[in-house]
Amino acid sequence: MKGKKKVIVWIAPILAFSGLYAQAGKSANAGRKESGSGSEVKIDNFTFAPGTVTVSAGTTVHWVNRDDIPHTVVSDDKTTFKSKPLDTDQEFSYTFSKPGTYSYFCSIHPKMTAKVVVQ
Amino acid sequence: MTLSQARAAYFWTNEENMGQRHKDEILYDHNHDGIDRRGFLKCMAWAGTGAFCVMQGGVLKSYSLSRLADLDPSEAKGELSFAQISDSHMGFNKAANPDVVATLKAAIEKINALPTAPEFLLHTGDISHLSKPEEFDTADQILKSSIAKDVFFVPGEHDVLGDDGKQYLERYGKHAKGAGWYSFDKKGVHFAGLVNVMNLKAGGLGSLGNEQLEWLEEDLKKLSASTPVVVFAHIPLWSVYPEWGWGTEDSAQALSYLKRFGSVTVLNGHIHQTMQKIEGNVTFHTAASTAFPQPQPGQAESPGPMKVPAEELRGFLGITEVNFVRGKQALAIVDAKLG
Repeated sequence: MKGKKKVIVWIAPILAFSGLYAQAGKSANAGRKESGSGSEVKIDNFTFAPGTVTVSAGTTVHWVNRDDIPHTVVSDDKTTFKSKPLDTDQEFSYTFSKPGTYSYFCSIHPKMTAKVVVQ
Repeated sequence: MTLSQARAAYFWTNEENMGQRHKDEILYDHNHDGIDRRGFLKCMAWAGTGAFCVMQGGVLKSYSLSRLADLDPSEAKGELSFAQISDSHMGFNKAANPDVVATLKAAIEKINALPTAPEFLLHTGDISHLSKPEEFDTADQILKSSIAKDVFFVPGEHDVLGDDGKQYLERYGKHAKGAGWYSFDKKGVHFAGLVNVMNLKAGGLGSLGNEQLEWLEEDLKKLSASTPVVVFAHIPLWSVYPEWGWGTEDSAQALSYLKRFGSVTVLNGHIHQTMQKIEGNVTFHTAASTAFPQPQPGQAESPGPMKVPAEELRGFLGITEVNFVRGKQALAIVDAKLG
């Protein structure tokens, strides 16, 4: 009986950790428009994920294109930030120094929209 | 169904959808020109298997591509023959097609083997995949081996990356206006190449812009209503599937300038599948890609490259042949698969 209890006690935290790890590492799944407070945006399946990213002023946000089609990261006003065309696995970064809401889109596939909220 | 809805006939020219085609056929002779539209639509349906249709004197004749060797050339000859290819995406190398050079070459071979040699080609854009010079060079080299004397281009969104279309204009738009629009005439048929992939706005569709629309209105003004008109542009000028950006914001204005003409053909690409719609005197047609297919509207999460078994790929790629015979008839449009 004593032995059994010990096993149960150990298994629980291990399961909890692996669950947390799975969520943290793999949460930016294609097609899921979620909010995030991390600073990475994954582009896949014609979607920016997460669709809304909230960061503090001075944060650098990184985009990486995991789609099999090129995309761009362009602010709606087309001047604040504008990446070159990103082929698969290419990356783009921008440091947001001023607070505000920055809506952006893919200039090649303009239906792809998302935003960065800088606090 | 309203009368205007009933006047539009939507149908697929893919083989798999041929069974659905019949219920979408709408048969009107509202032009009172004696055109056998039932025969026309039936012939369009055979296009998926590689049929070749020619309109002569209001009568539609169709021939299967396999029989064409026995054909008397004068029977098959229309007054004007040209071919449309699209979305060659030179430089693409992902799973959906690791060898876009081979499939473009196959498309040119198909064109060169057509019973009536096309006088010229229309390439409705996405010539390159990333607007790289070597990609344009490779496409040009392959196109040189076509039997057609000339190729007329309009850009796709993949052709104007990084430089706002400067390189595209230098290569293909020397005599064009603005972002690359222009018109020309061939045997009494008026052609207008339009650009709807520039200055796209967040959340938007394709866009022609006021400058181009004004040019188009002026360009068409001097033509008589009996002049057959062909308009070609990359993104569809009709609302195929706005959720995926498959449409043009301000195309309604362009179409209003075309309303008075007896025969209008709109040729587009971008969606990597054949689709056709007839509305009054206007036939809208999109060509297959020579590079990779894309899913049918709403049939996938996104409009990205659609992977199919390697041995089936060429069945999803294709070219389009267009024939015109003088008269009041619409142009005969035939899609042919690569394999």
